Amino acid sequence: MLTRRALIASALAAPAAAQVDLGFGDNPLRSTTRAFPQKGEMILQRSTPPLLETPISVFDAHDFTPNDRFFVRWHYPFPTEIDPARHRLRVDGHVGKPLSLSLAALARLPRVALAAVNQCAGNGRGMFAPRVPGAQWSNGAMGNALWEGVRLKDVLALAGVNAGAVAVRCGGLDAPLVEAAPDFAKSLPIDQALSDDVLIAWGMNGAPLPLLNGFPLRLVVPGWYSTYWVKMLDHIEVLAKPDEGFWMAKAYRAPANALADIAPGAPAGPVQPVSAMRPRALVTNIVDGAKLPPRGLTPIQGVALGGDQGVKAVELSADSGASWLPAQLGPDHGRYSFRRFRGALALAPGKHVILARATNAAGVTQPLVQNWNPSGYNRAGVDPVRVEIG
Amino acid sequence: MRLALTLAALILVAAAPPTKRLSVTLPDGEGLLPERYGVSADAANSNCLACHSAAMITAQPRLTRVQWGETIAKMRNVYGAPIDPADDKAILDWLVAD
Repeated sequence: MLTRRALIASALAAPAAAQVDLGFGDNPLRSTTRAFPQKGEMILQRSTPPLLETPISVFDAHDFTPNDRFFVRWHYPFPTEIDPARHRLRVDGHVGKPLSLSLAALARLPRVALAAVNQCAGNGRGMFAPRVPGAQWSNGAMGNALWEGVRLKDVLALAGVNAGAVAVRCGGLDAPLVEAAPDFAKSLPIDQALSDDVLIAWGMNGAPLPLLNGFPLRLVVPGWYSTYWVKMLDHIEVLAKPDEGFWMAKAYRAPANALADIAPGAPAGPVQPVSAMRPRALVTNIVDGAKLPPRGLTPIQGVALGGDQGVKAVELSADSGASWLPAQLGPDHGRYSFRRFRGALALAPGKHVILARATNAAGVTQPLVQNWNPSGYNRAGVDPVRVEIG
Repeated sequence: MRLALTLAALILVAAAPPTKRLSVTLPDGEGLLPERYGVSADAANSNCLACHSAAMITAQPRLTRVQWGETIAKMRNVYGAPIDPADDKAILDWLVAD
């Protein structure tokens, strides 16, 4: 429905290339834009600080999301000019030897390349029912890339983590305009920070990080939501006590259960920081509400992520989940990567609802009912795709 | 395809960090919020758009006056936005005039 407020929203968005309908019940229209540096056509959610969403069609065509189509999310202003030769990564706090490392110094450590999905904790927030305030993402606040850099644990070893360390706080060059606002920093529990898979990356799909994705360095925390993947990383602080800062103690917190799920309107119970992602499958070749010509078998394809485990299976259903057909999985680029899938369903002329659900290597299966919480985090249920054949 | 990717991965492991300076220009925001149903957007424009552009507001679903009030309080108390309390009513009047 084209509402007055939707028209206002679209008229405001400049420069506009075209419009997309994100399918939300209210206010679903967004402009697309090519106005951002190192970016192709993106869905414009907000210009300043930028919130740019990847169109779902991009996922349909790539295992690795191209850098110029990769989603963008900033809380605060950030520098628009960076000289990597002058950039320094400070490592201090509860360490034996505080460091200030150049990129050249980092590059002397063992190098690692790892495929991983980077997904905003609020991905899909616009589809929450009832709706919640915040960035109104569809499912394009995620992407998959081959990240290259060095292990965080190797950098921490250079500085020497003291006994009693509990967390590692990471910050970047972004800074709030208002002095009273809390600077953005996120902490990893020490065990997570010292795991093999957490990287400090300078490379993304074989090229330097685009500025909007964190040039020249960003943290890569495979399996965890991108709020931890600090961009323009310039400070690592080892903490001897829990991080009481706003971005850990107050923000990015969700109900303390596996699906971060609470009934709308229910009293707020215990909360915890959002962290590990859940398995998800997303149909990418059919738009919700599409009309398709009749054919023997309707092809269905998409991308899946396993959360913090590999994708074990993707299954398809057109009978509300009474029966499921396994989809064929594409190339395996590692446990944290997108895994593409394709399959086909016999759909007679008429209306159908296509379901695709992912199961990860730990045996966790995507639920058919959506989870809900007042901040719009951790959307994890199956997204039904309505089609009409004929 | 798989061979190509494997080769790409091998090459990548050897790739060095960037050395070239990067400078970009960001586009302007979406401009000012418009008057709605005769309700002036002046208070919203002067208090809300310093930290974020207009689309942050226009992209929201329909929210109640109470929800918008909570948002103003969050901007003021958490993010230190210097919103003049005397402007709250005028900002809220515009936010719910849709």
